[in-house]
Amino acid sequence: MSRTTLDLWVGFFVAVGLGALLFLALKVGNMASSNSGDTYAIHAKFDNIGGLKVRGAVKSAGVVVGRVTEIRFDPEAYLAVVTINVDARYKFPRDTFATINTSGLLGEQYIGFEVGGDTAMLKAGDTIKKTQSAVVLEKLISQFMFNKAAEDGGNNK
Amino acid sequence: MAKNCWKARCAVANGIARVLRGLGQRVTSRIWRLGYASRFFLAILLHSGTALRRLHLTIREIYFTGVLSLIIILVSGLFVGMVLGLQGYDTLQRYGSTEALGVLVSLSLVRELGPVVAALLFASRAGSAITAEIGMMKATEQLSAMEMMAVDPIARVVAPRFWGGVISMPLLAALFSAMGIFGGYLVGVQLIGVDEGSFWSQMQASVDFREDILNGVIKSFVFGIIVSWVAVFEGYDAEPTAEGVSGATTRTVVTSSLAILAADFILTAFMFTGT
Repeated sequence: MSRTTLDLWVGFFVAVGLGALLFLALKVGNMASSNSGDTYAIHAKFDNIGGLKVRGAVKSAGVVVGRVTEIRFDPEAYLAVVTINVDARYKFPRDTFATINTSGLLGEQYIGFEVGGDTAMLKAGDTIKKTQSAVVLEKLISQFMFNKAAEDGGNNK
Repeated sequence: MAKNCWKARCAVANGIARVLRGLGQRVTSRIWRLGYASRFFLAILLHSGTALRRLHLTIREIYFTGVLSLIIILVSGLFVGMVLGLQGYDTLQRYGSTEALGVLVSLSLVRELGPVVAALLFASRAGSAITAEIGMMKATEQLSAMEMMAVDPIARVVAPRFWGGVISMPLLAALFSAMGIFGGYLVGVQLIGVDEGSFWSQMQASVDFREDILNGVIKSFVFGIIVSWVAVFEGYDAEPTAEGVSGATTRTVVTSSLAILAADFILTAFMFTGT
């Protein structure tokens, strides 16, 4: 086989292989959508984070505005401290309300920002004061059962 | 009576000594071989200047190991992806979450199946060929002839084959994964009818470029080094006879397959544990 045909085939092979990598990066992975741009870190303290994970989404009005980067336990306050990297394009008021929500009934958990009315904005290193913990399904069900039982007891009297 | 007893004890002691000697010999020869293989690896690295300077030598090897492995890699990738699509759908539909099919197919391919199965196929398709070729060169004394002409066979024969394999392997693994995801898409979306939008969007939401894809590429690169190293070493170390070459070829496939699986476990333990 002549040298040029060989080079042609190898060039074709390398191009196709790199194309496959590009396909994996752009179409399969989230490289295109993942914000490689600037972010700033803020903290939020929760009584209970439920099933929240590192790399979990942070959404406001349903749009992903950041990611959870670290979760640790504060041994003095007995609270979970979640560090969030928020996209630098988005600014939130200081009285933003952070809640832990679940997408769907059994889906993964994410942090939702409900925007407040303060004129001062959150800066890097700030801590969100108003938070709402994850809803624990078992607690909810048991509460509902107790209420129901109490109601029935009242009716029978 | 006493003398007989002494003799019997002597025989037992001799037997034990023979077993221990055999064991010691095997262990030392294994260790010696491992050391030889490591020195050989260093020699390849030292001589790779030639392989990269005279690039056409390496390009020729990329053609033989990479381009000629394309068919088997692409076809196996497609079928592995299609089977993953069918099996994944069957399991996921019990939990009513068939939209996660894209996630299942892509993560299993990009993280594990792509690098590992491509490397196993590469070991049996290209690794064995490299060993047989170098072994035959040794058996027909071509390597000695090169040394006579002051041509270093490691620089001229071994290093280009090594680098050809190392360069081809990540590309083949990426092609395998891409083809497998396409196969999963064909079965999942076109044949069964999973929603196309959620198939791709859920995949993109949960496959991370650095965490999943880049780690897969690193894995395939490591496997490429392992397969190429084992293949060239077994070829170079082969007994210069027909049986020697055939034994070396078998050892290449067995050793590199086992090494790939063991290395995969170690790499996975480092890459994908914890948060």
